[in-house]
Amino acid sequence: MNSDFVFSSDFWNWWIIGLTLANIFGCWWLISWSSKKRPGEAAVGDVTGHKWDENLEEYNNPLPRWWLWLFYITLVFALGYLTLYPGLGKVRGVLGWTQQNQYQEEMAAAEKTYGPLFARYAATPIPQLINDPSAVKVGQRLFVNYCASCHGSDAGGGPGFPNLSDQDWLYGGDPATIQASILDGRNGAMPAWQAVLNDKGVDEVANYVLQLGGRDADATKAEAGKQLFATYCAACHGADGKGNQALGAPNLTDDIWLYGGSPGVIRQTIANGRNGRMPAHRDFLGEDKAHLLAAYIYSLSNK
Amino acid sequence: MDSQTTYNYKVVRQFTVMTVVWGIVGMLVGVIIAAELVWPDLSMNLPWFHFGRLRPLHTNAVIFAFGGSALFATSYYVVQRTCQARLFGGGLAAFTFWGWTLIILLAAISFPLGITTSKEYAELEWPIDILITVVWVAYAIVFFGTIMKRRVKHIYVANWFYGAFILTIAVLHVVNSAELPVTWTKSYSVYPGAIDAMVQWWYGHNAVGFFLTAGFLGMMYYFVPKQAGRPVYSYRLSVVHFWALISTYMWAGPHHLHYTALPVWAQSLGMVFSLILLAPSWGGMINGIMTLSGAWHKLRTDPILKFLIVSLSFYGMSTFEGPMMSIKTVNALSHYTDWTIGHVHSGALGWVAMVSIGSVYFLIPKLFDREQMYSIRLIDWHFWMSTIGVVLYIVSMWIAGVMQGLMWRAINDDGTLTYSFVESLERMYPFYFVRFLGGALFLAGMLVMAYNVVKTVSGARPVDAPIPQTA
Repeated sequence: MNSDFVFSSDFWNWWIIGLTLANIFGCWWLISWSSKKRPGEAAVGDVTGHKWDENLEEYNNPLPRWWLWLFYITLVFALGYLTLYPGLGKVRGVLGWTQQNQYQEEMAAAEKTYGPLFARYAATPIPQLINDPSAVKVGQRLFVNYCASCHGSDAGGGPGFPNLSDQDWLYGGDPATIQASILDGRNGAMPAWQAVLNDKGVDEVANYVLQLGGRDADATKAEAGKQLFATYCAACHGADGKGNQALGAPNLTDDIWLYGGSPGVIRQTIANGRNGRMPAHRDFLGEDKAHLLAAYIYSLSNK
Repeated sequence: MDSQTTYNYKVVRQFTVMTVVWGIVGMLVGVIIAAELVWPDLSMNLPWFHFGRLRPLHTNAVIFAFGGSALFATSYYVVQRTCQARLFGGGLAAFTFWGWTLIILLAAISFPLGITTSKEYAELEWPIDILITVVWVAYAIVFFGTIMKRRVKHIYVANWFYGAFILTIAVLHVVNSAELPVTWTKSYSVYPGAIDAMVQWWYGHNAVGFFLTAGFLGMMYYFVPKQAGRPVYSYRLSVVHFWALISTYMWAGPHHLHYTALPVWAQSLGMVFSLILLAPSWGGMINGIMTLSGAWHKLRTDPILKFLIVSLSFYGMSTFEGPMMSIKTVNALSHYTDWTIGHVHSGALGWVAMVSIGSVYFLIPKLFDREQMYSIRLIDWHFWMSTIGVVLYIVSMWIAGVMQGLMWRAINDDGTLTYSFVESLERMYPFYFVRFLGGALFLAGMLVMAYNVVKTVSGARPVDAPIPQTA
């Protein structure tokens, strides 16, 4: 059942039909009535006899014929259109058109034309597919349209959106994992630690994380932070801070920062946590296109 | 002097002068945001100067501050002159001036601060919405009260249009602004999802239909025959196109929501009534332009008449373009592109601004007891600057819009899109630059006008004209 034609009560159906037809036929009546000459009115070329503000007057010229025709044509068109297409409440229209079935027809036609092309690429394993320039090209075009708004047209990422062209992977950079990330999405959840660690603790852990990444840090604070890290952070990020791809916990030792590596941003990340979300594309793109996309992304770091 | 023997010109003078001032302010903000699209760094990364915050400031300033002041000024002038009666309600007219000015100032403060309902052309937050309602009711009392006490039998056609505009805007504003306040500066619409979108565009398109069309047609029906010194072409046509226009405009809103979550029947109704609107709209253009028959030679020497007649030509052009763009197949190409921006400006600059400018040039000498404007030559300069400015603006946006529409739908032989959004944006630079030039030229014309007005007004002793006692 198409919800476009569901009304809360039948009254509204008739309300719409009634008002629409009243307005169309009302216009019709108005122009046909007023294009006829009535007794007692001023002759063509004469003013009506009313005068305002010293010299404002009105002629009583007839409605221009071409204009009347234009008006009638639009009214006839309206009635014709509302016969063929939905418009009068629940009336579906003779053609049975809706935007939903137009969309489905266009998508089915596209699937018929392009489906076999993508299916052919899908049969080739990704490590081989990246040697086929035409496949990588198609993957790139898909990437630019579906992925670039977050990951950038060069796949270089941005704050909160991972760089896909380097060797650093949150969840893993093998073809199957990349394809899984595209198809089913990812939810990266870093908890907020402010309540547990307080300002001092957050600052200490931040200094330790800076030190792990090889950045300038306060050695005393970093030493204290190391203890806290072992208690609270190591479960996900590992005792050595090298992360855990099974959980999507980033490696903190490579000086690559998803949200930024300045002391302020790191403190913010620890205190307030982060929620990274990669949406699932299985229903939207399908497996064949995801396969080509994964091949393109894989090709960026495996030239 | 509040005697009943003279017209109340004071409030007309205030609104007329502020029309010029707000025109310059609103268009300046427009030129700034047009420049930001060419040189994005202009906002200096400061939130108050960001495009997203200045854009509603621009639209509200030109529609409600500039256009609104022009409508207040001319409706107060026209209703008094054609009813032979002083404005009704004593100090209420002055209240509308100061109230409207306060609303504009609040808009100028709240938009850059990021305070917004996010509903297009209705971005002002709820306390300001209430203030608008109060001022608008006062406006209606003054206007209709003056009609009630008129000393002539018939109501002049200009007043029908002003009246329809005042009544309908009241209804539109109150219904669309129904919102639940959360704090003093934040509220949420009472309507959910697609219903909110439908209410928003019912409001949005009728803001075009009643604020920017019916109101300005009222202006046209007084100032064109006055300036041409000729009777209105056809009384009969004015009756027909008035009723057809106001009944049909009400339906047009859904054409802003083609191919969206709005039910398809509502989309179809929006489209067919937009097409029916073509003839009623052109009725106004025909009646205005044909009023000049027998006086065409005046166009050679009278730049005020040039403003008025060219504004009607732009009105005719954009009311042809609008119905065409509402056709689903055309809309599939034009929607979300800069074509829409061009269409809006051929109406807003070509029609609304130019008919207002012509009317203000007519009014200023009469309100300040001068024979004519300080310089007729400068009006002519202003006319050509405005005309060239509008043409640059709309032609660049046509090209940009059609190019965007075509690039967004171009498909490779593997079924993927040929261009990314950013690629289409990159191609826009030259057109955005030409649009900036067109807008800057139009603004420069407004500065010429301001100079001319100052020269005309300075040293003048404003006099309120006596009301003729014959009826």
